[in-house]
Amino acid sequence: MSTSAQRPYRVLVSKIGLDGHDRGSRIVAAYLRDAGMEVIYTAPWQEVQALVRMASDEDVDLIGISSLATDHLLLPKLLEALRAADLGDLPVVVGGIVPDEDEQALIEAGVRRVFHPGSSRDEIVSTVAALAAEARIQRKTESF
Amino acid sequence: MSVRPAVESWGASDLAARVRAGNRASIARAISTVEAGGKASAELLKALHEATGRARLFGITGAPGVGKSTLVGALIAELRNGYQSVAVIAVDPSSPVTGGAILGDRVRMTQHVEDDGVFIRSLASRGSGGGLSLATSRVAEVLDAAGLENVIIETVGAGQSEIDVIDVADITTVVCAPGLGDDIQAMKAGLLEVADVLVVNKADDPMATLTVNQLESMLALRSDAGRKVPLLKTAARDAVGIPELADALNQAFEKLDQQGRAERRLQRMQRLLATVAGGIVARRLKATRGRRLDQLLTRMAAGELDVETAAVALLKSDVWRQD
Ligand SMILES: Nc1nc2c(ncn2[C@@H]2O[C@H](COP(=O)(O)OP(=O)(O)OP(=O)(O)O)[C@@H](O)[C@H]2O)c(=O)[nH]1
Ligand SMILES: [Mg+2]
Repeated sequence: MSTSAQRPYRVLVSKIGLDGHDRGSRIVAAYLRDAGMEVIYTAPWQEVQALVRMASDEDVDLIGISSLATDHLLLPKLLEALRAADLGDLPVVVGGIVPDEDEQALIEAGVRRVFHPGSSRDEIVSTVAALAAEARIQRKTESF
Repeated sequence: MSVRPAVESWGASDLAARVRAGNRASIARAISTVEAGGKASAELLKALHEATGRARLFGITGAPGVGKSTLVGALIAELRNGYQSVAVIAVDPSSPVTGGAILGDRVRMTQHVEDDGVFIRSLASRGSGGGLSLATSRVAEVLDAAGLENVIIETVGAGQSEIDVIDVADITTVVCAPGLGDDIQAMKAGLLEVADVLVVNKADDPMATLTVNQLESMLALRSDAGRKVPLLKTAARDAVGIPELADALNQAFEKLDQQGRAERRLQRMQRLLATVAGGIVARRLKATRGRRLDQLLTRMAAGELDVETAAVALLKSDVWRQD
């Protein structure tokens, strides 16, 4: 019988906002699957509250958001909503076109990592795995 | 201070109490626990047991792409119209090589994400068929104990090997769609036999009539043709035929009287036990070497003993019990 420590990492991959291109998130989803993770893949145009609900119900270890236009500006709202739902320890990463001046603000708001176009598969997979592992340990030792 | 549950640091009874009170984060965490199996899972399920047995368990299966998830999405809406709570266990296959999976069924159920009366959970098949039945039935128990009135289980069924859903569900619906020659093949391979309700989806496709006709003649040819299996047409994408499907499901469920349900539960237990016991025996055998097992193997290799005879001899002996 497998133990919970060996459970594959579960990652929610999605997009928020109005930009409907999901090619980037499909590619990343495939990377993570090929690295042995379970990727919960959602339709684009998710509302912030819907993402929080899915992350909670699916008991994921990390949320990855793909952003092409200005959707990344919604991320601070997502982080706030996660904290309000007592999911503040869930790492959030973003991938896509994020201008440098916005990146700093995102990191300050709590986004753990911004992947720019051209990020390698290895970089994405190893960062996601490390953050997911950290989140699991955190939740394991968290007390009531 | 956080109220987010961390299973490992909690007693099973605490978590069970929260699940029974319908706390969503606890339900989510409890599902992860039972999915992983092992001691924590066993303790939790024991603590939940007395609250189980109330939910109606509906299995939805069929070949890839026939519209199962779309149909489930439409069914959720229908059940919610009647103010019933609904859980969905959406199973997608894991890669046998990497163990990873893309769980995409939710894409067709987004309408209900924020509805408090709906709980959707994606499950990766994580390896062999038997393990899937086991994990799925445990997850269904958690959702049942949490008070969800209906639990819908979506699995891909492409033939004999994947009909595990019948191990778990009270009522199994087999979905097919026009234009999938393989689908009819799959039906022949055994799916038809397990169907309590049959659905031809994508009825908006002109070829659907042909599929319905094919199925009708197959049903008429069956050995148990006396057992009347309702055959319905739906266009799930446009929510056509869904109230009728919900009616058929209700009727099929009501036909299972108390005794019928208890009997099915026992049958399910038997199948699960067979699967799990088989797995244990197989695992032990693969890991064991001993004098008596070696003797058996040598005789098999020498052609003195055929596999089946050897297997029966083995089960009668206590060779496989040696650790
Ligand atoms: N024409 C038509 N297409 C439909 C209907 N229902 C679903 N579809 C389409 O069929 C495709 C597959 O639908 P899904 O609901 O994902 O099918 P599924 O059986 O869950 O697929 P898997 O989970 O991948 O096996 C999608 O493009 C749907 O939009 C329908 O009633 N009519
Ligand atoms: Mg599906």
